[in-house]
Amino acid sequence: MISFSAVSKRYPGGQEALAGISFSLAAGELAFVTGHSGAGKSTLLKLIAAIERPTAGSVVVNGQNVGALKRGAVPYLRRNLGLVFQDHKLLYDRSVFDNVMLPLSFGTLAPRDAARRVRAALDKVGLLARERANPIQLSGGEQQRLAIARAVVNRPAVLVADEPTANLDAESAARIVDILLSFNQVGVTLVLATHDEALVARHGRRVLQLAAGRLARA
Amino acid sequence: MRTWLRQHRGAFTRAVHKLLAQRAATLLNALVIGVALSLPAGGYALLANLQGVAQRFTFEPQVSVFLKPEAKRAELEARLRADRRVAALRFVSRDEALAELRVAEGLADVVAALERNPLPDAFVVRAADGGAAALEGLAGTLRALPGVANVQVDSAWAERLAALARIGRLALAALAVLLATGLVAVTFNTIRLQILTQREEIEVSQLLGATDAFVRRPFFYLGLLQGLAGGVLALAILWAGLAVLNAGVRDLAQAYGSSFQLVFLPGRDALAVVAFAALLGWLGALLSVSKYLR
Ligand SMILES: Nc1ncnc2c1ncn2[C@@H]1O[C@H](COP(=O)(O)OP(=O)(O)OP(=O)(O)O)[C@@H](O)[C@H]1O
Ligand SMILES: [Mg+2]
Repeated sequence: MISFSAVSKRYPGGQEALAGISFSLAAGELAFVTGHSGAGKSTLLKLIAAIERPTAGSVVVNGQNVGALKRGAVPYLRRNLGLVFQDHKLLYDRSVFDNVMLPLSFGTLAPRDAARRVRAALDKVGLLARERANPIQLSGGEQQRLAIARAVVNRPAVLVADEPTANLDAESAARIVDILLSFNQVGVTLVLATHDEALVARHGRRVLQLAAGRLARA
Repeated sequence: MRTWLRQHRGAFTRAVHKLLAQRAATLLNALVIGVALSLPAGGYALLANLQGVAQRFTFEPQVSVFLKPEAKRAELEARLRADRRVAALRFVSRDEALAELRVAEGLADVVAALERNPLPDAFVVRAADGGAAALEGLAGTLRALPGVANVQVDSAWAERLAALARIGRLALAALAVLLATGLVAVTFNTIRLQILTQREEIEVSQLLGATDAFVRRPFFYLGLLQGLAGGVLALAILWAGLAVLNAGVRDLAQAYGSSFQLVFLPGRDALAVVAFAALLGWLGALLSVSKYLR
């Protein structure tokens, strides 16, 4: 499903954020990406979605060489991925419902079907009652759940979440993790970046541990 | 196909919403464009009206050849007929000319007061080629003929009017180009501001799988609609301007016993103004999008 081989990433004018990363994940697998701040977790996830391109090596997702993808093909890759960003990237000029609708608006779904999908996704994260609210009115945990609803509304085969439990209390964090795991249990490949050791210890079957851009454990 | 239509409708709807959400700014922009476009459109309408007036008089490319009293008419007529540049020929005797004058309004008394006929015999020559150069050439030849006192090219003032109209059209074209550039610049800037204020939405959309075409489409519609609104406004301004002018023209025309009125642009031209404005708006959007949406 996802495979990195000898991947390096150097940001323009910066040091190597990732160096010689090789690993591969099977469909339906659950993997944690851990490491200290600045270790390269976000960079690794961005390579999967072609938000960043590798400087060397190849990233293959769903049989596609993502690193060499043409600009025009990138949107179609992303529609098959569920992305939860470290900084949410919610839009505060529109309702909860419209935030989740956004990724469907550029797809091919008829409006009626799209609306049904949006409600189903909101229901899964427990936000259906808040569909008319503005995201600004939501708590940190609720905003994170909204970001998850938006990520899964396209029913992606791969879900990539960047520190979804950061800055949340234990209870909210647990709820987020439960929601994400529930998608994994129905076959969605889940890649989850976190520096929550306890979380990894509890669920961590597959851990990609990064240290200064290198894979310390795979 | 259905998806494609839906996406265009979606982009169009979003563009309309953006315009409505910023009614004041939209109106102001449309007004700027409208005023700018109404100038060349108005000039064009006035010119078209003037040409309409000019065309009511028929300009035959005529040359009057006045004869000296001692001229030999038959010999001259033969030479004129032999010239290929002469399409037709009419002799007007001095008596006929005087009779014509007598009938002309207000001149009967003057003519009656004359002791003798002061008018010369004349040939009225219709030239085959109405061009200014050809007429001058012909006139030059005729002037040199024996027995010819004077030659007058009657269509000279028509030529002059046509030349003036040409200059007017040229000036209008220059003005139109200038203002069209301004219109593109106005749209360019509007769209630039729109892109800046929607930077976040654009970025998030792209991260979630929006194509470039999807992101750009609403801005194209925005530019197009703004241009369209400006074009319609320009026509409205022109129409109002002509109505005001016509109030004055009516009085003037009545003084000359005419019912002349300035007319609005013909439907085809009016449509062209609106289409042109929309096209320029689209162009401004295109330039802005290619510069600021990467
Ligand atoms: N856009 C960028 N331009 C230049 N350098 C960058 C950029 N993004 C990240 N980096 C650098 O790359 C390295 C890895 O960053 P990354 O964001 O992947 O770390 P992280 O493990 O996600 O950290 P955190 O836990 O703080 O989110 C860091 O040294 C960072 O400064
Ligand atoms: Mg990070």
